[in-house]
Amino acid sequence: MSESEIIQSGERKMSIRAVVIGTSAGAVDALLRILPKLPESFVPPVIVVVHLPADRRSVMVELFEARCRIAVREVEDKEPLVPGTIYFAPPDYHVLVEADGRLSLSSEEPVHYSRPSIDVLFESAADVFCPSLVGVVLTGANMDGATGLRMIQRGGGAVVVQRPDSAYASTMPQAALDACPGALSLTLDQIADYLCELTMVR
Amino acid sequence: MSNPTEDIEIRLLLEGIFRRYHYDFRGYSMASVKRRLAQARERFGCSTYSRLQDLVLHDAAAFTSLLSFLTVQVSELFRDPAYFRALRELVIPHLKTYPSIKVWVAGCSAGEELYSLAILFREEGIEDRAMFYGTDINPEALQKAEAGVYELDRIPQFTRNHQLSGGKSSLAEYYTAGYGAAIIDKSLRKRAVFSDHSLVADSVFGEMQLISCRNVLIYFDRELQDRAIGLFKDSLVRKGFLGLGAKESLRFSQHADAFAEFSREERIYQKRGAV
Repeated sequence: MSESEIIQSGERKMSIRAVVIGTSAGAVDALLRILPKLPESFVPPVIVVVHLPADRRSVMVELFEARCRIAVREVEDKEPLVPGTIYFAPPDYHVLVEADGRLSLSSEEPVHYSRPSIDVLFESAADVFCPSLVGVVLTGANMDGATGLRMIQRGGGAVVVQRPDSAYASTMPQAALDACPGALSLTLDQIADYLCELTMVR
Repeated sequence: MSNPTEDIEIRLLLEGIFRRYHYDFRGYSMASVKRRLAQARERFGCSTYSRLQDLVLHDAAAFTSLLSFLTVQVSELFRDPAYFRALRELVIPHLKTYPSIKVWVAGCSAGEELYSLAILFREEGIEDRAMFYGTDINPEALQKAEAGVYELDRIPQFTRNHQLSGGKSSLAEYYTAGYGAAIIDKSLRKRAVFSDHSLVADSVFGEMQLISCRNVLIYFDRELQDRAIGLFKDSLVRKGFLGLGAKESLRFSQHADAFAEFSREERIYQKRGAV
């Protein structure tokens, strides 16, 4: 990051209202490098879409609850966003952000063969929270997330992408970078630091 | 950074649809409505929502096709097998004590859920005491439901679901295949009544022992959810059952106290006796 970029992102950090993360193949290992590092003082809610099989119960909450310092939940329909909480999209539902800051679910058709879809979450989050939004795309083997991240960037939000050469599967981060040329491209540890700093500035 | 002009246009479009066609989407979850309207606008080749409004207000056929964008039709036979297993194991024993049973599938789409229940009831030996009422706001879906015709390529999924739900027979007993389609057996359709009913605008619907309304409330805002849940409360007999979708609950509803959690995991509620 250049100095001006750091100053810019510092200004933005003051007002971040939510963080959205999307990932697919290799998701669990990648998220394990990031989410457990978020400190108890972490303020913005974090909404995570992971592509999961539709017909099985997700174990993400159990897995991360035991390792994270902030609350971890699976999204329920019309649930209000609470600061310092990580929300996982449930299998077989899209998650969308409503204007009143609640989350709603939808069974609309899959996007990029995926339900939940990263694009669906990112686009609705951009609509409500931009420019005070951080969008993060991590490892994954399809193109979901690129269009949504572009919407966040266009809305003036911060966009962060895992460096494709450091990703378990590079297709998703590469597609996101192609769609958002100015995005910060970082390793998982750098992304964790970047997110932790969102809170330190406050 | 939602676009204020677009938000106004969308509100006006929904208001126009309500006044012209009496379909009320004003209380739907807006994030999802916006997404589906964006798809519709693209499909209709309209550069703005105002143009889309102009089109659908003057062309009833255009509205009919817009309606299929606005109503989400996603279902399967025995979708969420664990839900049907819970009905089979926990709810059916209660229903068996009634001399006659009325079941309402609210938001029945193309009838998949209703026929799943009819098959379940037959397997449990209570079908001949039951009537099944399927309601939806989409006339196209209701026609499909009444016909009970599904694409053959969906059958393997349906069959898997049925087995996972604890099915005691072979699904093949309940349909005949021909011309690339599976037709639900006439004897099952005989006990089904499909009709147009809106959870937004219409009122109480009979004395039901079981209401199943899954993945419908997620498209409503909280006020409208409450209206629908109140409707279910008033349409159920004492100790009647309400089944919701896997991620829906009564937690945020003002009617929550009127129900007891019957199966927390499968989102089945029982109306309390004395309210």
